[in-house]
Parts: sequence; structure tokens; C-alpha cells
Amino acid sequence: MSTETHFNSESNLEKVLKSGQFAFTGELGPPRGTDVEEVKEKAKFLKGNVDAVNITDNQTAVVRMSSWAASLILIQEGLEPNYQMVCRDRNRLAMQADILGGSALGIRNMLCLSGDHQQFGDHPDAMGVFDIDSTQLIAMVKQMRDEGLFLNGNEIHQPPKMFIGAAANPFADPFEWRVHRLAKKIEAGADFIQTQCIYNMPKFREFVRLANEEGLTEKVYILAGVTPMKSVGMARYMKTKVPGMDVPDEIINRLKGVEKDKVAQEGINIACEQIEEFKEMKGVHGVHMMAIEWEHMVPEIAEQAKVLPRPVFS
Amino acid sequence: MRLTYPTNIKILRVPCTGKVDVMYMLRCFQEGADGVYCVGCLEGNCHYNEGNLQCRERVNHIHDLLEEIGIEGDRVRMYNLSSGEGPTFAKFAQEMTEHILSLGPNPLKAKPRKVAAPA
Amino acid sequence: MIVAQRKPFAEIKEMLQGYNKVLNVGCGTCVSVCLTGGEKEVAVLNTELEMARRLDDDPIDIQGHTIERQCDREYLAELDSIIEEGKFDALMSMACGVGIQFLAERYPLIPTFPAVDTSGLAVNQTVGWYEERCRSCSQCVLGFTGGICPITMCAKRLLNGPCGGTNKGSCEISNDQPCAWFRIWERLSGQGRLDSIKKINTTRGWKDQAPRNLMQPGYKKPEKMVK
Repeated sequence: MSTETHFNSESNLEKVLKSGQFAFTGELGPPRGTDVEEVKEKAKFLKGNVDAVNITDNQTAVVRMSSWAASLILIQEGLEPNYQMVCRDRNRLAMQADILGGSALGIRNMLCLSGDHQQFGDHPDAMGVFDIDSTQLIAMVKQMRDEGLFLNGNEIHQPPKMFIGAAANPFADPFEWRVHRLAKKIEAGADFIQTQCIYNMPKFREFVRLANEEGLTEKVYILAGVTPMKSVGMARYMKTKVPGMDVPDEIINRLKGVEKDKVAQEGINIACEQIEEFKEMKGVHGVHMMAIEWEHMVPEIAEQAKVLPRPVFS
Repeated sequence: MRLTYPTNIKILRVPCTGKVDVMYMLRCFQEGADGVYCVGCLEGNCHYNEGNLQCRERVNHIHDLLEEIGIEGDRVRMYNLSSGEGPTFAKFAQEMTEHILSLGPNPLKAKPRKVAAPA
Repeated sequence: MIVAQRKPFAEIKEMLQGYNKVLNVGCGTCVSVCLTGGEKEVAVLNTELEMARRLDDDPIDIQGHTIERQCDREYLAELDSIIEEGKFDALMSMACGVGIQFLAERYPLIPTFPAVDTSGLAVNQTVGWYEERCRSCSQCVLGFTGGICPITMCAKRLLNGPCGGTNKGSCEISNDQPCAWFRIWERLSGQGRLDSIKKINTTRGWKDQAPRNLMQPGYKKPEKMVK
């Protein structure tokens, strides 16, 4: 892995991946208010069951507690955050300021995203900033970290330490282009990739095959995105309403095929079968578990997916 | 056929309802007409392909303009018939007249034009 | 050309509240072509306003005059005598944001109000349908994007697209909005030029963050502006 020669960010996730172990990350959406207890409550279910927790940044363009603030609460609770940053809400000044602040206070992972368009959110008339895009954000964090330079080329006194993440959606079209876009993000400086929720396994296998062929999986750690379906309604919603999501009918039929009170368990079963396959898949280095508003199920899912116990580094 | 239809209707002939302009209709109301309706050929039978369809769009547009101004939008309507349908023409005239009678006079009629107050 | 959309009638009416003698000035160039602010649109709006104000027992004397171009002093000059004789207490402009400002500048003592919202630089797809194509960003990228502008057409102004929200060739914001980067990819594929977007497009400086002036070489500002 070329990433092994990279700067050591002191991130736990980085250590897990570099040690060659199968990573397991979780996700937590900050509250729509100031309730610290809500963050702590969700974090309780994730502690010890995941290597790092993605803290979403105004997810779906809905205002929430800022992702760095929620990340700090997680650090206090003894978990490792993966600080998400979207290009929608900040310009390059604010981004760099938040990167410095986050690093100063102990944030060691970042996921660089474009962000859902503000039109989907609770402030649809907001000005979308999009000063730089996600690829450029990755390059900026890398330059800050590795060269100790701000985007304008000025020197940073004590540069930030960050393990740099990026997203990939193998299912959005044009499919042929997705591997090239992944390559661009790697070239920009991504250390790890978390993918969009995977339901269409044949398509994902093809994506990973192409990434292997291009040698990309040697340059970056890929964490496969998994979201267990809670209900048939959720599966249908994901299929028809979420842009860039690919839910095959077999998934829906399989959920429909079980008794109503067993649908959620069937969703978890599907997820665990996927995880079993990812563990064996060349080019996949871990799983990103996005149990949306289902954090309390993570211990059970981790148990069933046989990813416990999580590695501990002294 | 010697059909009768209400005498309070003033007919303005145009070569095609596609010729009916937004300003023609608006001006009618400005001058005090209680209602305006356009009678075009049957949809799909326009000699100019879509003159009558364009007229319908404009009638809808005038409907909205009237509402903005503060006059019932339903004072403007669109009807379609073929040239051989005299009785239908008389029926539409009757129907429109009754409809406008139920709405009452154009509210602008009670407000004669006068010179604007000096600034 | 520049396209604009007429403001909602209620907003226009509200702006003109308290003004009783108004000249509505149309523009015979871009906004005429896009059916927003030419001679006919001036007539429609004036008729609406006259009727509405009469209904409110607050009559307005509103006149209309459409000139060739409001962004050109030469054409604005023909308004001088009309405005002097008319003793208007307000002007309204149906020109784009550029034209109205030149009008307001010429008659600085008369309040001037916009009747349209300028929405951008667009092509005429068919009569009545205008599609924005340029954001006048001062830094054209069309050379490497196959002639399709991501600054205008991509809702996130991405320079390294398409994002994960591409939906069967449409943008995530709407099925009716084509994805700019999907189109760019498609066109460059057809031209065998995908290498053009395989390399990372680095951060750009936004050149439209302060007022821009253009001074052509060989020209200079006159010492004194003549009206």
C-alpha cells in the first residue's frame, strides 16, 4: 500500500487499515438542537463496535449541530470521529479554519464531500457556496497536511494532522466514469474511500474489479457502504426517491417475502451477507455501516457480522 | 336555421383564434366588457395546426391576469366547435350569458376613468 | 442574450403605491426577444396597472414608451423630452438590470422601479423557452468541458464532476435538469477527448466577486462624461 509511507495522522482508523485488518466504521447524525445527551446516547451504541464514526455535516442540507462540535463530543466520550465536511456551506477560508480547529482539538479523520444540494433541505433558498469541489477539498487538506501550506501557498505554523477520506458512488451514472473519478480523488490525495450504500452487488463487484485493474485499490483503502433496510417502504423509497441509489428488485422482493415483524431482521441478514462477501473481496478493506437513525442496532449488527471485537492500539 | 342567441353579445371576427391577442382581451375588460369568450375550431382541426390551442393558452393567461388585477378570472372562457354547428354556437352564447349574469357586471364599470390625482 | 422575467404583479403594484403619474419604459432588444419587456409587454402591464388602480379607487396615469436599448445613452436620449414634458413622479423599467440602471442614472431625481427580474444569459430554445447558458464568470472553462458550462449548468458548480447525485443523466435537483457533467462526459467521449477531464481541475479564483470593468486596449476613459 502506498498509503503506508504517508504522514501518520495518529488516526485509529488509519492504524486499523494499515495493520491490514478489516475496518468497520459507523455513522452518527448530530441533533437538530443543542442536546448533548442525544449525541452521547447514540455514541453509546457505537462505542467499541466501530473504529471511527462519521459525523454528518448538515446532512441532506438540513441544519444540525455543527459536525466538528458533535465530533468533539464524541472524542470526549472516547470514540474517534470521522469529521465530514461538505463544500456546500463553507468557502475556502471557513474550510481551512475548521480543518485547523478540528485538528487542534483532536479530530484525525475527515471525509471530503460535495454535499447534497441545498434545494433538498430545510433552507432551500440558501446560497450554495461550492467555492471548491470535493476533489479540490481533498487536494487542499493534503497540501495543508503534507506540505504545511494553505491553499494560497502561505506557510501553516503547525500543520493539521488528518487521515483524508473521500466518497465514491459506483452506482451513479455514467458508470464507466466512476472509476476515473475515483482515480482523480486518489490522485488528489484521498487515503480512504467510503462508498454510497451498496445494494446492487453485481454492479459493485464490477466497479471493484475495474478499480483493481487500474491499480487503484493498491493506492487507497476502500470501505464498502452498507445500510440495512428497516422496512419494505424504506427500500422502495431508496429505490425511487434517492438520486444515485441503485436498489434491485430482488432486495425488495426478499424483504416482502418474510413476515412483517421479521422484515427488519431480514434487512440485517442481507447486510451481514454483504459484509461476509466484502471481507473476502479483493480491493475492499472494510465496511462503512450507515445505520441511519438505527444506531441502537449497531451492536447487534456488528455481532452478527462477526466484526467484533474491534482492534485496540495502545 | 334562424337560431336565436342573446343580443348582448358583440362578435369580433378574426381569421383564426390564434390571432386573438392578450391585449385584445385585456382591453375589452378595461373598456367595461362583463365577459369575453373565444370560440375556436375543434381542437385538432385548426387550419394553422395549433391556433386554437394557442388561443386556449392565452385565455388561461388572461384568466390569471384578471385575477391579479382583482377581477373574476372566470369572466373569460374558451369554447370550441366546428363551423357547421350553429345550434352549439347559440348554446354556448346562452351558456356564457347566463354565466356572466350570475357573476354580475364587470366591477370596473362602476369606476369610471378619471384623471389621476396629482403627485 | 439577456433574459428576464416579469415580476409578480402584486410586487409591481406595491412598488408603485403612492405614485400617480408613471412612465413605463420598455427595451427593444434582449427583453423584447424573450417576450418580457418590449412594447407589447409594456402595454399589457400598463393596462393591468390602470385597471387594478381604478378598482382600488386610486387611479394612475401610466404611459409607456419603448426605446431600442436602455443600455445605450444614444437611445436613452430620446426620452429626455418625453420625461421633461410628462412631469412623471416615477419611472418604471422593463429592461434588464443593466438597462434600468442606466435609465435611473440619467434621471437621478425621479424614482425608478424595476418591473422585471433579470435571470441571466440564455439561448432561445423555441419561442417562449429560454435556457441559461452562461454565468459570465470571467474565466471560461468551455475549452476543456466540451463546450458545456458546468458553472452554469451544474447546480454545484463542480469542476470535477459528476457528483454522486447524477440520476439517469439528470441532476439530483430535478429530473428536468440535465446533469452538466453527464453531458460533458458524453460529448468528450464522442470526441475521444476524455483525457481533458481525467486530470484534476484545480481550485480556481472567482473573478466575479467584485464589479468588473472592461477597458479595451487602445481606448481610455474620457476625461469628462458627456450625457
